[in-house]
Amino acid sequence: MNKKNLWLSGPYLVWIVGFILLPLVTIFYYGFTTAQGGFTFANIINAVTDSANLKAIGLTVLLAALATAICLLLGYPLALCLSRIGLKWQKAVIFLFILPMWMNFMLQMVAINVILEDNGIINTILTALGLEKVHIANTFGAILIGMVYDYFPFMLLPLYNTVSRLDGDLINASKDLGAGPLRTFFKITFPLSLPGLVSGATMVFIPAISDFAIAEMLGGGKIMLVGNIVEMSFTKGQYYQGSGLAILLMAFVIISSLITGEDGENEGGAMLP
Amino acid sequence: MEKEKLIELVGVSKSYDGENVLKNLDLYIRDNEFITLLGPSGCGKTTTLRIIGGFVTPDTGRVIFEGKDITALPPNKRQLNTVFQKYALFPHMNVFENIAFGLRIQGVSEQEIKRRVSEMLEMVGLSGFEKRAVTQMSGGQQQRIAIARALVNKPRVLLLDEPLGALDFKMRQDMQYELKNIHKQAGITFIYVTHDQEEALTLSDTIAVMNQGIIQQIGTPEDIYNEPKNAFVADFIGDSNIIDGVMLHDYLVNIRGVDFPCVDAGFRREEPVDVVIRPEDVILTTPEKGQLQGVVTSLTFKGVHYEMDVEACGYEWLVHSTKMEPVGSHVGICVDPENIQIMHKPRSVDEEAAGVDE
Repeated sequence: MNKKNLWLSGPYLVWIVGFILLPLVTIFYYGFTTAQGGFTFANIINAVTDSANLKAIGLTVLLAALATAICLLLGYPLALCLSRIGLKWQKAVIFLFILPMWMNFMLQMVAINVILEDNGIINTILTALGLEKVHIANTFGAILIGMVYDYFPFMLLPLYNTVSRLDGDLINASKDLGAGPLRTFFKITFPLSLPGLVSGATMVFIPAISDFAIAEMLGGGKIMLVGNIVEMSFTKGQYYQGSGLAILLMAFVIISSLITGEDGENEGGAMLP
Repeated sequence: MEKEKLIELVGVSKSYDGENVLKNLDLYIRDNEFITLLGPSGCGKTTTLRIIGGFVTPDTGRVIFEGKDITALPPNKRQLNTVFQKYALFPHMNVFENIAFGLRIQGVSEQEIKRRVSEMLEMVGLSGFEKRAVTQMSGGQQQRIAIARALVNKPRVLLLDEPLGALDFKMRQDMQYELKNIHKQAGITFIYVTHDQEEALTLSDTIAVMNQGIIQQIGTPEDIYNEPKNAFVADFIGDSNIIDGVMLHDYLVNIRGVDFPCVDAGFRREEPVDVVIRPEDVILTTPEKGQLQGVVTSLTFKGVHYEMDVEACGYEWLVHSTKMEPVGSHVGICVDPENIQIMHKPRSVDEEAAGVDE
C-alpha cells in the first residue's frame, strides 16, 4: 500500500487504542496497584486465595469443561454423519444449527428460560403426562444447557470442516490394508480429525470460561462464576479486586488458547461452510 | 498357455444417478498377469477396479476370486491391495508406519515388521527414509511408498489406479520400468488402470480397452495395436487414419475411388466400411508409383520420425516416416494389403459404444 494512504487505518487505530489497549492498560494498572497507588501482587493473590473466588473458579472451570465435553459428544458423531450424506443435506443441516447464532443473544436466553422454568414448557409437558416436575431453572444445569446451546455451532463447524475434508481414499486405504471399521476409525478417522476437535474445543472452552451473561440470565444470580464476580466487583466499584480476577481470567484464556492454538490454527478460520 | 482364471467378473453392471457406468461387463484375469484397463475418462475403468477392490458394490453381477464369490466381501477381507490414484498415504504417520500399517493389523511380530518394511523400502529404492514424514516427500517417492505399503502384505493381486497420473513425464517413464521390474519380482497379478495408451502398451501382458462401460477389445498389446477390432480402439491406441471405404468384394476395398487390395473377407458386397491405416504404414513414394497421388500440406519433426499431412482424394492422410517430404511436394501413397484394417461401420451411437463387430 502507498504510504500516503496509511491514514486510512486511522479509525481502526482509534478503535484499537480506545476499546482494546486502554481498557487493558486500565485493568493491569488496577490489578497491580493498591488503593493508595503503590505496586502490589495482593489483588492477584487475593483472586486465587479468597474462598468465594476459589469456589467460583472451580465452578467456572467445571462448567466450561462440561459444556465442551457435551458439545464434543454431540458434535463429533453429527459431523461424521453429515460427512456421509449428500452435500445439499449437509448444507441444510449446518444452516439449521447456525441459525440460532444469528438471533439476538437475550432472545435465546429468554427462550431457554421459558422452556426450563418451573412452570415452563418442559414441566407443563411432564405434568400433562402425569409425571413429577423437575427444577432446572436457575441451577447449574440450566447454565450448562444454555452454554451448550449457545456454543454448539462453534464446536460443530470446525469439526465438520475437518471431517468432511478427509479424503475418502484414506478410509478406503485403511480397509484395503485389512483394518475393520472400528480400527479404521481409531487409527485413521479420529487422529486425522483431531485438529478440528481441538479447534472446536478451544472455541467452546474459552468463551465458556469467561462467561458471565449466560450465568446471570439462566442462573438467576444464584450461581457465581468468575465472570460474575468480576462484573459485580466493577459495578460495586471494587476496581482493584475486580481487575485482579480479570487478569487471572485472562491468563486462563491465554494459556488455554496457547495449549490448543498450534493445532487449531487451520480450522478456526474456516468457520462458515 | 491358458492359465488359471484368478478373478472373474460376471455380468457386472453399475449405475450412478441413473447413468450406466458399467454395462453387463464380463472379464477374467489370469494369475500373475499384468492386465491394464485402458480407456478415456468416464469409461468405467476405475469403477471396475473399485468393484474388484471391494470399495464399490455392483448393482448386478458377481465378482469371483479363485472360484469363490466375493461380491459381498468387504475390502478388508480380500486378498488384494490397492495403490490409490493420489496415493492416499496416511499423513499422520511416517514412512515406516505407513508401510507397517497392514502388518500391524495382521498382528505380525515387531521384528518381522522391521525386516519386511526395510525389505520393501530397499525394493522401491527408499532405504533409510523410515522416519521421514510422508507429506515431505516428492510425488515419485510417495508413489513408491504407496506401492511398498501395498506389496508388503504379500497380496495375491495388486490394484493400481492411474498410479503415475500425478508424476511428470520423465518420472513417469522411470516408474514404468520400475513397475515392470516390481511385477516380475513380486510374481503376482497386477491390475492397472490408465488412460495413457503408451503406458498400457509398455507395461501390460493383456490390455482391455474400455469405452462407455463396455470392454471394446481385450488382447495382448500387439493384438490391440495391430488388429484393432473397431474404429474406437484403432483411434484410441496410437494415431490412425480412419477413412470411409466400400468393400467391393473379398480382399478388395475401394477407398475414395481407388481400389486397394486387402486381406479382409466376409463383408457384404458394396458394404460401406471404416478403413483403418496406421500412419507408419502409409508409404510415400513418387506420384507415378503411388496407388494414390497427393500433396504434402504440413511437416513436423517428431524426433524419431517426421509427421506429415498429405492431402489426397479429399482426405488428410497422417503419415509417419523417417524420410521427409517438404510441404507442397507431390507424392504417391502406397499401403501394403496386410496393413489395411477393414471394420464394420457402427449403425448407431449405442452400437458404436458397444463396439459391435461380428
